[in-house]
Amino acid sequence: MNVIQLPVNKLVAPKPQALQDPDWVRWSLITIAISFIGLFILLPLGLVIVKAFSKGIEAYWSALSEPDTLSAIKLTLITAAVTVPLNTLFGVTAAWAVTRFDFKGKSLLTTLIDLPFSVSPVISGFIFVLLFGAEGWFGDWLVQHQIKIIFTISGIVLATLFITFPFVARQLIPLMQEMGSQEEEAALSLGAGGWRTFWSVTLPNIKWALLYGVLLCNARAMGEFGAVSVVSGHIRGITNTLPLHVEVNYNEYNIVGAFASASILAALAVLTLILKTALEWQQARR
Amino acid sequence: MSQNSIMPGFRLTIGFTVVYLSLVVLIPLSTLVFQSFRLSWDDYLHIITNKRVLSSFYVSFSTAIVAALVASFFGFIVAWVLVRYEFFGKRFFHALIDFPFALPTAVAGIVLATIFQPSGFLGKLLIDTIGVQVAFKPLGIVMALIFISIPFIVRTVEPVLLEFEASMEEAGASLGATRLQVFNRIIFPNVFPALLTGFALAFARGVGEYGSVIFIAGNLPYVSEIVPLLIVTKLEQFDIEGATAIALTMLVISFLLLFVINTLQYWVRKRSGQL
Repeated sequence: MNVIQLPVNKLVAPKPQALQDPDWVRWSLITIAISFIGLFILLPLGLVIVKAFSKGIEAYWSALSEPDTLSAIKLTLITAAVTVPLNTLFGVTAAWAVTRFDFKGKSLLTTLIDLPFSVSPVISGFIFVLLFGAEGWFGDWLVQHQIKIIFTISGIVLATLFITFPFVARQLIPLMQEMGSQEEEAALSLGAGGWRTFWSVTLPNIKWALLYGVLLCNARAMGEFGAVSVVSGHIRGITNTLPLHVEVNYNEYNIVGAFASASILAALAVLTLILKTALEWQQARR
Repeated sequence: MSQNSIMPGFRLTIGFTVVYLSLVVLIPLSTLVFQSFRLSWDDYLHIITNKRVLSSFYVSFSTAIVAALVASFFGFIVAWVLVRYEFFGKRFFHALIDFPFALPTAVAGIVLATIFQPSGFLGKLLIDTIGVQVAFKPLGIVMALIFISIPFIVRTVEPVLLEFEASMEEAGASLGATRLQVFNRIIFPNVFPALLTGFALAFARGVGEYGSVIFIAGNLPYVSEIVPLLIVTKLEQFDIEGATAIALTMLVISFLLLFVINTLQYWVRKRSGQL
């Protein structure tokens, strides 16, 4: 590249007005941005609380302590308790395989891991109906052995497993790629075993990204609607997760009931954001 | 296959990864493809060219494009303001950006429907002032999809704006450019690939979105019925063939979009010198 040499005394200082936005632009843009966030984010958040408590705190509590609501909460917790650990285990394993070794088809594997992100939630549920539904591929076999998957908690867990599949892996793969494997190689050459290396070298390095992935995975597992709705059959008190319970109440014009359940999910979202922000600050400080 | 000589666990981790990926993702997804082999080409065309099906594709794609465009415009401003300016409460607003991502879609759906329905807070205001009804119309779908799109745009544009080197702007300024020229000729062309990626991500998500849309859409066939809802409707009528044909079409379109997005992201990284 040619560098043009200018005599020092002829160097002009850049015009400051070309580097900064005029005040009126600055304030208009800030106003537009804040109004947009206010309209699309703060207003919905506020409305959940207003509607949930619109008939008083007692109506709110009685909506929440209804047996159907409690069983929906329980089902949502069970679903997350099964799917999050499994997909976390997968995420760590897949990240290790993809970032610590070179092999053919590596980039294909990475693309396939992200696949569930680009499938519509409804289709994610539908494929399990095709597999395990009454007219599905394993339908006859399942009927003969008296196993039910669709319209039971097993179907809900499978669909959620599919939907939340990439969350942990996606957080870990770029980080472990960037870190490289020198530290682990050093530990191994000093005689540490594979497990010891993972626990005392890899894990401390990836723990914040891992937590972050688990957090997002959990939020989605508890909040998934489309896929779960297709496989659940909407049986009240049995196969309604919390998001489905919100829908049922809303469609029955039970507004307090719908928004009381929605307020738990909104609180979960807010908690997720707070923890996420805290984790980001933690990472920024390191 | 080659592997790093000293690192342990190749067989274990690659084995588990491939088996788990096949069981949870690949085998279930492939059933949709195999199921569609049971349809003849004529059957498939007959289902897909049905007027109601075509309308639902039109509704889904047009609303997703409009929403992604609107969200790109405002999302760019939000990202710009959050990166470039200092103001009171900036950190708070910054943390709020991911709210649509964290909030379960069903909750977003009932909240937006409540706000925009004709008796709702904004719905009433819009009807009284400019005579526009949002809920139970395609416009309602657009509103829901804008909400969903915000984090995709802001989170894709933000890192590029953050890493943008001041020296490039200074070079332009010292050559006598005005602020508008600096923005038009230096800043915007450099941010554009990221903005396009964000647009594509938002569009891809919007086309398949279900939970946040169905409450506000009104779900009127030919007018405000989206493709995912039509799949559910076919399924509830035990029309597996119809659901399969529509779902397969959606899946193929999603994979094409994924390919476009990956190409765009490669372009972004190449431009910003990360490759």
